[in-house]
Amino acid sequence: MPTSPSEPSDPYDLAVIGAGPAGLAAAVTAADLGLSCALLDAGPRPGGQYYRHPAPGLGAAHPERLHHGWSAFAALSRRLDAHTRAGRIRYLTDHQVWTAERGEVWTLHATLGPAADDRAVVRARAVLLATGAYERQLPFPGWTLPGVVTAGGAQAMLKAGLVLPGRRIVVAGSGPLLLAAASSLVSAGAEVPVVVEATSYLGYAKGLGTLAANPAKLVEGAQHGAKLLRYGVRLRRGSAVVEAHGTDRVTGVTVARLDRDWRPVPGTERRIACDAVAIGHGLLPQIELATELGAETRETPDGTVALRVDGGLRTSLPGLWAAGETCGVGGADLAIAEGELAARTIAGKPVPAALRARRDRRRAFAELMAAAHRPGPGWTDWLRADTDVCRCEEVPAGRIREAVEVLGAGDARTVKLLTRAGMGWCQGRMCGPAVACLAKDAVPRADSRPLACPVPLSQLARADLTD
Amino acid sequence: MVIGAGVVGAACAYYASLAGLSVAVVDRGPVAGGTTGAGEGNLLVSDKEPGPELDLALLSAGLWRELAGELGEQTEYEPKGGLVVASDEAGLDALRAFAAHQGTAGVESVEIPGARLHELEPHLAPGLAGGFHYPQDAQVQPALAAAHLLRAARVAGAEVYLGEAVTAVRTGPDGAILGVTTDRRRIDTPAVVNAAGTWGGEVAGLAGVPLPVLPRRGFVLVTEPLPRIVRHKVYAADYVADVASGSAALQTSAVVEGTPAGPVLIGASRERVGFDRTLSVEVLRRLAAQAAQLFPVLADVSVQRAYRGFRPYLPDHLPAIGADPRVPGLYHACGHEGAGIGLAPATGLLISRQLTGKQPELDLTPFRADRFAAS
Repeated sequence: MPTSPSEPSDPYDLAVIGAGPAGLAAAVTAADLGLSCALLDAGPRPGGQYYRHPAPGLGAAHPERLHHGWSAFAALSRRLDAHTRAGRIRYLTDHQVWTAERGEVWTLHATLGPAADDRAVVRARAVLLATGAYERQLPFPGWTLPGVVTAGGAQAMLKAGLVLPGRRIVVAGSGPLLLAAASSLVSAGAEVPVVVEATSYLGYAKGLGTLAANPAKLVEGAQHGAKLLRYGVRLRRGSAVVEAHGTDRVTGVTVARLDRDWRPVPGTERRIACDAVAIGHGLLPQIELATELGAETRETPDGTVALRVDGGLRTSLPGLWAAGETCGVGGADLAIAEGELAARTIAGKPVPAALRARRDRRRAFAELMAAAHRPGPGWTDWLRADTDVCRCEEVPAGRIREAVEVLGAGDARTVKLLTRAGMGWCQGRMCGPAVACLAKDAVPRADSRPLACPVPLSQLARADLTD
Repeated sequence: MVIGAGVVGAACAYYASLAGLSVAVVDRGPVAGGTTGAGEGNLLVSDKEPGPELDLALLSAGLWRELAGELGEQTEYEPKGGLVVASDEAGLDALRAFAAHQGTAGVESVEIPGARLHELEPHLAPGLAGGFHYPQDAQVQPALAAAHLLRAARVAGAEVYLGEAVTAVRTGPDGAILGVTTDRRRIDTPAVVNAAGTWGGEVAGLAGVPLPVLPRRGFVLVTEPLPRIVRHKVYAADYVADVASGSAALQTSAVVEGTPAGPVLIGASRERVGFDRTLSVEVLRRLAAQAAQLFPVLADVSVQRAYRGFRPYLPDHLPAIGADPRVPGLYHACGHEGAGIGLAPATGLLISRQLTGKQPELDLTPFRADRFAAS
């Protein structure tokens, strides 16, 4: 595995950042088409978050049982292996890209570890951003208790470590990930007393045509639904977990009905015992490498910020393409289609009509789901003054409200400057959306993160050395 | 009527409100949304040679001490002192001469021989020739300082309109100020204070006069939270020359300091590249290398984030402060370059003196906005 910054002096035709579904599909398609390719990923194995799987040492006999579409991933992995062996793809694991420099030839700077030499510089004529997404978190009283995990975190524990966050797990939040997470959890032996979904699903009714055009998605949803029915999991719609109880660990939650704006309705609270809670409120595109360079963005129907791309998945920056969740969250099938499509336009090849149609259909479905699961503005009502919103810096909601109402902060950045919310390790990835809501920031905007990840100072000090 | 809710505008509003004037503050963004929010919070006298700017800095240093008492600890005011170090004897000689000259203007400094630098800063690199300790240097958290000054101004009666852009500065047939128009309201006022910082040239333009404020970009690196390993504001002697330079080219000289919250801040770069926000890997590289030269222990820490800002730069490095003789009723309080946090209270106080017809503490002639030849 390459651990030194030495790179061939010739730039690659294409550097793909992220080896999840979109990046994998793009890299192997580009290599099929004859491009020289570097595939950089922050993790040790391909697959990204979606196809996260155990390290070989764990001896998992059937990792595919926890996954939808494992065969598609297995096929992409085989093609990656073949291209890597043939030298058409240089697959760089554990490479976290901290910045990209634009140019005729782009320069990517990556960090591999703590030592001064744990760094790499990759040059390429085109770059594809396939860095996926991270979870949107909406805090509530008790959300920092041990046993409260994100829906994606619960999936990740299961997929990578084959462990469950608890035995009796309440799954709550909003979005299609909830049913998938609940389905995985019951399959792995957990009890899920209830799935609490904040929306009423009425939003889907607006897009029946799009639903009908995506039968595979409906089947997938129906499979999850059937399994949950079989395991006796109830689905409670139009409700939310408004508090988690416990001292050392969560022992139960309070669930309340929500009005149309997601305001908890007084008098509807019910307590449910559990030893774990998995919360998911959808995903946020991870796009700072592009937005720091000034790439144009769009607001998605669920209130997140994604990169604006054209039909060929070009961003507004010449030489930079995007695929998958970075263009708006839509799941693995869409990501694979977009990876292929982007690779073809990067290689200057025509896009087959079937591929184009598959991508457009899936994208339309993603937008429909996003519209249905947009958080209502009233959710902040379930925060108490002492509820930590930024858990890195331990900033409670009351201090954020004070910064907004007394000190004149009108956006998330100013709240950060005045309260330190978002200044900690996660750099606002956890609290960003919540802080923006509390600051009544009207337009969702990309967070400013000039460094996409922490970088050892010794590596910054040598960032000019390419050999 | 103050345009700008950065630290300078907040200080103008604060002193004018305390002087009994009715005050309104307008900013197109939030409080501290421009250069203030991107500042390090340097309250420095150590980097200034005797002259009008140093006089302003010394006046401000005293005012900041008073303000720290009045605004409480919320501004994170720290009278930590500065330490300027020289790597060789020639550099130390230059520092010595500079400090002696500053002494004539009232700047306190103490020479620290190389062998004793570690008593002040245990983690400094070995082998430095020596340095000077400046006990009057201090630090605030700039956004908090601006927000609390503005809050105090509000308590004293000031009205604050944030998220409102000034679209016009209205003048009468005699050329005097009548008021301003924002995208939401008209405000009638005989006096407008231009505290728009890096955008001060645009506001002057709305009032019909040129003011050549240009952006000078700077980056700051922020490390992971650390125990207190840097106690003062520590910088190398080259910094003084960089601050005074008029060159458009990139200059970097590490200024290293700890913060109450734990992270170490590493500034300061200077370059004139317009409002380009793109991260410069070369700037980061130089700052990181220089910081590690001063404090080798920093090589092993993680840089958690970086930010950039645009200093409001006027060609002779002095701010524009006071009444503009070209437009009766127009006052400027902008162009403080990288020293705006430090110079804000003095600026606010002097403006309020002029607004109330009192004698300012300093002669404002060197800061007149019409000092630049029409171009």
